[in-house]
Amino acid sequence: MSMTHVDLLIIGAGPAGMSCAIQAREAGLDVLLLDENQQPGGQIYRSVAQSPLADPDLLGKDYTAGAVLVKRFLASGATYWPGTLAWQITRDRQVSFTRNGANGSGGSGQIQARALVIANGAQERPVPFPGWTLPGVMGIGAAQTLLKSAALLPSQRVVLAGSGPLLYLFAWQLIRSGSSVAAILDTTPRANRFPALRYLFSALRAPGYLLKGMGLLKTIRGSATPHIQHVESLSAQGQGAVGSVRYTVKGRETQIDSDLLLVHQGVIPNVQLTRSLGCEHRWDEMQLCWRPELDEWGQTSLTGIYVAGDGGGIDGAKVAELSGAVAALQIGQQLGFFTESVRDTEARPLKRQLNAHRAIRPFLDTLYRPADIFRRPSDPTIVCRCEEVSAGDIRAMSRLGCSGPNQAKSFSRCGMGPCQGRMCGITVGEILAEARHAPMQKVGYYRIRPPIKPVQLIDLANAYVPDADAAPMAAFVPK
Amino acid sequence: MKNDYDYVVVGGGLVGMAIAYGLAKRGVSTLVLDGEDSSVRAARGNFGLVWVSSKGSRQIDYARWSLESSQLWPGFCQELEDASGMKLGYEKPGGIMIAMNEESLASSAAALEKLHAQDSRLSYEVLDHRQLKQRIPAVGPDVTGAVYSPHDGHVSPLYTLRGLFAAFEHAGGVYRSDARVDLIVPRDGGFRLTAGRQTFDAGKVVLCAGLGNRVLAPMVGLRAPVVPLRGQILVTERVKRFLDYPTLSVRQTAEGSLLLGDSAEDVDMDDGVTPGIIAHIAQKAIAPFPLLKNVRVVRAWGSLRIMTPDSMPVYEESLAHPGAFVALCHSGVTLAAAHCEKLVPWLMGAPRPSLLEYFYAKRFAV
Amino acid sequence: MPNVSLFSALAAAPAAQVSILINDRSFSVPNYMTVAAALLSVGVTQLRETPVSNAPRAPFCMMGACFECLVEIDSVPNQQACMTLVQPGMTIRSMIGARSLK
Repeated sequence: MSMTHVDLLIIGAGPAGMSCAIQAREAGLDVLLLDENQQPGGQIYRSVAQSPLADPDLLGKDYTAGAVLVKRFLASGATYWPGTLAWQITRDRQVSFTRNGANGSGGSGQIQARALVIANGAQERPVPFPGWTLPGVMGIGAAQTLLKSAALLPSQRVVLAGSGPLLYLFAWQLIRSGSSVAAILDTTPRANRFPALRYLFSALRAPGYLLKGMGLLKTIRGSATPHIQHVESLSAQGQGAVGSVRYTVKGRETQIDSDLLLVHQGVIPNVQLTRSLGCEHRWDEMQLCWRPELDEWGQTSLTGIYVAGDGGGIDGAKVAELSGAVAALQIGQQLGFFTESVRDTEARPLKRQLNAHRAIRPFLDTLYRPADIFRRPSDPTIVCRCEEVSAGDIRAMSRLGCSGPNQAKSFSRCGMGPCQGRMCGITVGEILAEARHAPMQKVGYYRIRPPIKPVQLIDLANAYVPDADAAPMAAFVPK
Repeated sequence: MKNDYDYVVVGGGLVGMAIAYGLAKRGVSTLVLDGEDSSVRAARGNFGLVWVSSKGSRQIDYARWSLESSQLWPGFCQELEDASGMKLGYEKPGGIMIAMNEESLASSAAALEKLHAQDSRLSYEVLDHRQLKQRIPAVGPDVTGAVYSPHDGHVSPLYTLRGLFAAFEHAGGVYRSDARVDLIVPRDGGFRLTAGRQTFDAGKVVLCAGLGNRVLAPMVGLRAPVVPLRGQILVTERVKRFLDYPTLSVRQTAEGSLLLGDSAEDVDMDDGVTPGIIAHIAQKAIAPFPLLKNVRVVRAWGSLRIMTPDSMPVYEESLAHPGAFVALCHSGVTLAAAHCEKLVPWLMGAPRPSLLEYFYAKRFAV
Repeated sequence: MPNVSLFSALAAAPAAQVSILINDRSFSVPNYMTVAAALLSVGVTQLRETPVSNAPRAPFCMMGACFECLVEIDSVPNQQACMTLVQPGMTIRSMIGARSLK
């Protein structure tokens, strides 16, 4: 396979990626968009254009509105490769990929892009607690995915536990679908309410979010679902699968039966690609996550490499859409398709809307800030699911002398499994930061390397397109 | 907090910690000063071979030094396992050098024969395809044969380092991270080391900072003639045990994952991974083991290793400032046992082992 | 072994059914399902045993981040079930511990 050349390569077909593609195509750029899934939509608009549900309106207007964006994207003229994983990016914007074809078709290769937009979105924040690795414990986002793309609804004793808008949105979607929820265990700390009030005024600038939230809560309160507030701790029990959940409120423990425990503590940016590139990142103490350093257009610390959407910091679907378009405008100007003046004229209203939508974040981030017990769990709690390393093991690594996640990884194997630290990287950092009285910015994160997902050897062997002009590798013979 | 020690070891990698443990267990007050979590560390990029065969073609003493270390390794391993309570995954089944054609088989055999002629302990065996397949059923049809050597083995280099940390601590050693040494000043019959805003006083100092020795060695009248050599390694998902012998470019760990490697590039201080070399390593692993095609690589590593011009170690005490030492080598895992048991007594004042007569930096002077 | 499923089907738009094998048992599932969704829908609650300790695991994130939903599909081990759509005649097996070389 020879090297494919494009003006703009976009990784991710969520609202940020689709919007970026649409805007870039309007400017006349040659655009290629890669996405791992088989349909566009990312997480939030999963299956929206081909919903398996007889009545997709169950999921609400914010979801179904995504179909319009998908339609515009598919009509934009961007080349779209679904089922494609970009697993290595170089600073020169060469991207190695593998396509999953049905029945063994597919293949690997490389793309050279003049500009690159990483729009790979967010993942659910891992919520470690005793028993969270049991079958039957899943993320709320996971259950939403099953609802959106497989038309499946929880049917047994389901408990929702956690904090944040998605908790309420999903409870609302379940209630509307006729499902019964055994309990909502709300872990939003009582102590968060007062600090959040400080941001309530600016949150009012954000269009409609507060009203929407209040609407969800009203429906939930009007239902028969027990909504237990200020839950202080969680644990799951069972033989081979979850059978019951224990929780404490004001120090008193209660146990309830459960076959399905759905948990959520917000979402965090997916930084695997930006980390593998060596982009600068900073620890966001309000959002409690790592995010790449970006300029006003979304460019990272590397020229020509941008991030749009939640991969750059959690701001939601509307901001994702706007930031994708903003990045495309800057890229169009940089690649010579129009002037700065044209760029600015187009970008001004988008940036205004961006700031309005972003106004809700400080309030939400402060109100729904996870409790310490989920950030730095008790010693027996598994932190690295893949390698089964506990919080206590990580604390022991700190006592042994490990000052950061990379040393802890070397010694304990945390972060060495197939998820490559997605589930444990932040928790390991938080535990070490507490143990060593060091700030997260200093403690850091795992050194992330390609392939950014496990890839078969044959695909690694086949992806490389030798550069005929490059000098041959100097052979070193140590004898 | 105590700030002066009999010995300060600069560098907490495989060389530094093996020496530091050797000192501490002999009752010497020892401090290790190490860099940051994200520092460049050869220890993290080690393949894990405890390897003797084919070494020493330039100077037979290197083969002998490696052999001595390999013989000390089982006892050394036991000490670390006892101290840390964990298994290092050490095995010594002998090593295999796979040949994909008759020429390379012949040339490997010839090289080992030359060594064997100089020291009859360096034995080896040539295996044809059928004999190799008996030992390693998974080899593919394109493999011509292999050369086998009984002295070779492998271990988890990261668990070795972890074991050394535990053993060093149990023996009373003190380890400080985030203490990258930037200045060493000889004074008052000892040395003052500065790491940022911290200072430490040492009776004697041992430089084991790998590439960092280039800057530190001249401060105490020593030379560290090393260049970085990048090696890239691929690590796979766990696979049920199929490979009972380490080879130079594929080995199976105790947990079941495969390490694939054998690349060498001069790229200065860039420890990234590149598409071309990754593809090369993947092809090189599939060629002898076609069944590896759909095994998944979970991570790739680029690591900067320590290369002297002839790839052999440097062990030296400063003439201008006695009590300052440098220890440089490429095979930090293989030589860990010898460093701990045979080098340390010399650092403490015993005569220099005669086996190490060759390994001065002056051999590189033109 | 499949139990009572934790999930039930909502009213769905018409879709073709696809026949797949799960640990040698035959099931018919809608073609829009991923392998993970199909497994959960027929009542598979435990998908695999970990290579580290043979602990039971099942899908957690359903979006390709957690790597808990690893299964063998058509003889290729350790594929993410949540990232793979069902295909007619697909053979799916649980991963019990580490994969073997095959």
